[in-house]
Amino acid sequence: MKILTGNDLKTGAVVWWDGSGWSLHVEDATDAGEHADMILATETAACRVNGGYAIDGVPDDHGKARPAHIKDRIRAYGPTVRPDLSLKPADPDAGSWVI
Amino acid sequence: MYQYDKYDQAMVDARVAEFREQTRRRIEGHLTDDQFKPLRLKNGLYLQLHAYMLRVAIPYGTVSSRQFRMLAHIARKYDRGYGHVTTRQNMQYNWIKLEEAPDILADLATVQMHAIQTSGESIRNVSADQYAGAAADEIIDPRPWAEVIRQITSFMPEFSYLPRKFKIAVIASDEDRVAMRWHDFGIRIVKNENPENGAGEIGFECYAGGGMGRTPFIAYKIREFLPPTQILSYLQAVLRVWNRNARRDNIHKQRMKILVHDLGEEEFRRQVEEEFQNFLALGQDVPQAEYDRVAAYFAPPPFETGLSDEIDRSDPDFALWADRQLVAHKAPGYAIVNISLKPTGGIPGDMSAEQMELVADLAEKYSFDEVRATHAQNLVLPHVRKADLYAVWQALDAAGLAGVNLDLVTDIIACPGLDYCTLANARSIPVAQRIAERFADLDRQRDLGELKIKISGCINACGHHHAGHIGILGVDRKGTENYQLLLGGSGSEDVSQAKITGPGFDEAGIVDAVERAVDRYRELREPGERFIDTYRRVGFDPFKESIYG
Ligand code: SF4
Repeated sequence: MKILTGNDLKTGAVVWWDGSGWSLHVEDATDAGEHADMILATETAACRVNGGYAIDGVPDDHGKARPAHIKDRIRAYGPTVRPDLSLKPADPDAGSWVI
Repeated sequence: MYQYDKYDQAMVDARVAEFREQTRRRIEGHLTDDQFKPLRLKNGLYLQLHAYMLRVAIPYGTVSSRQFRMLAHIARKYDRGYGHVTTRQNMQYNWIKLEEAPDILADLATVQMHAIQTSGESIRNVSADQYAGAAADEIIDPRPWAEVIRQITSFMPEFSYLPRKFKIAVIASDEDRVAMRWHDFGIRIVKNENPENGAGEIGFECYAGGGMGRTPFIAYKIREFLPPTQILSYLQAVLRVWNRNARRDNIHKQRMKILVHDLGEEEFRRQVEEEFQNFLALGQDVPQAEYDRVAAYFAPPPFETGLSDEIDRSDPDFALWADRQLVAHKAPGYAIVNISLKPTGGIPGDMSAEQMELVADLAEKYSFDEVRATHAQNLVLPHVRKADLYAVWQALDAAGLAGVNLDLVTDIIACPGLDYCTLANARSIPVAQRIAERFADLDRQRDLGELKIKISGCINACGHHHAGHIGILGVDRKGTENYQLLLGGSGSEDVSQAKITGPGFDEAGIVDAVERAVDRYRELREPGERFIDTYRRVGFDPFKESIYG
């Protein structure tokens, strides 16, 4: 499973390829499979993503793609020491899958 | 404090305008990511795990109330309400938007601050003693020379295409409070004590080739006594020898420490001395008058005289704080106040915009308008009347800034690690938090005495693990976080390099291992011995038995 990630050019926010564009939410990440390199090249050339790269994904309990490596799981969630700054600060379980 | 002249201000303003244009072109797609990256790095703007990170230079760790309020303003307006004091006395912001970065730099320029040379292969912010101008044990205030060095190393042609980054530290006391010998180039300001020959003259004892990272070296002394006004020639000689000989094929072998080690201390010194004579002959050194001009900005503040040295210790909580956080000041009736940025369970070095503003207010009211940032990620109010200490403590206490742990086991240096840093292998901050919680009991901390724990999230060693009495290094073991334990390092005048103890631990395991090492110290120590003293006396084996059973 290959998922694509990078940063929003203007804000630097972490973004995930959702099949047609870039989402802030890792839950939207889709398996780019064999098209990963081509999508990255197109999106980078069009300045729609900054510092984009492909990573290995693993399916979660619902079959959705999640980053395999801890570094990208932390990117998806936010700093583990500041859950208040994550995308879902009100959800106490939001970071339970990260570590 | 130093005030920009029209040249300083013009250079900084011009850089802001240039970067604004470069940023616009990047956002509009006229520059690629690869083309823009070196440009933003020249202005201290990194891309980290979650967003852009901006590193703002605090020259030699000295900042005014007005500047500190600006740092608070940036935290609040452009970031998420907080900043992070780094191990090089700078301030970092973790949530910067590229589109706002030029505005931030413009705001900084209004208070004579910038982010130039806080990144990339440049001469970085010059470190100096955080107690400069206040310390009872200093020979002179080291900051005027640090400022002269800042000026001569900013935009200097010889220094503009370096093999790697280059870090300089200046101290003026026997005690080393900035890890001077872990720098590429270190200066200890000394006084000639030889009654036969020039007694009383000030000079520089020079060190070169130190550095942490994956290949740690402690700097060698390469000159006993340099006349200070020859520093430009000498620094150029050092940099030229490095520029001429350094490898440029392998980023891990390009720091000057590698060259000094490869050439050997003697040969490096010989080449530097040879080049030094060439530069001296050019006669371009800093005239004494220029030094005097700069030094005038650092004239001692108008200390009151006739003040009492008594401190009213009737409040026991205040007395506890005063015993730990105060350091002797050179002026009677004054004290140096250390402000801990290490609350139990907190993030080492982090502080909110409100806390910054409070510290700025306290500095303005009680400390001649000055704040200092320390390499141990704390703050200092350098000049507080002893009669004002209680009021300062009360205000700090109300803001959660009255921690009592200077140089104790919970005064942990920790780099941002995998919570923020793209180069990291493992998280540093949670390990610091768990250790601080484990040792939260103040009686226990005080019983253990001076014990410096330093944690890095990768081999780059921003958390100074090589220099920790106890060092911790985060590594990646097959995709999981793992921590190596090191013992026996020091960044102080008793400098030494810590050694890895053996196999690594997981997060819970490393906290237990630290506690076992500390407990072993308590069993083995002799009266008056710090952890590092006991370790040096008994060696590694007794600790190894405890740590690994
Ligand atoms: S030591 Fe490594 S993880 Fe820590 S801040 Fe430096 S580069 Fe990042």
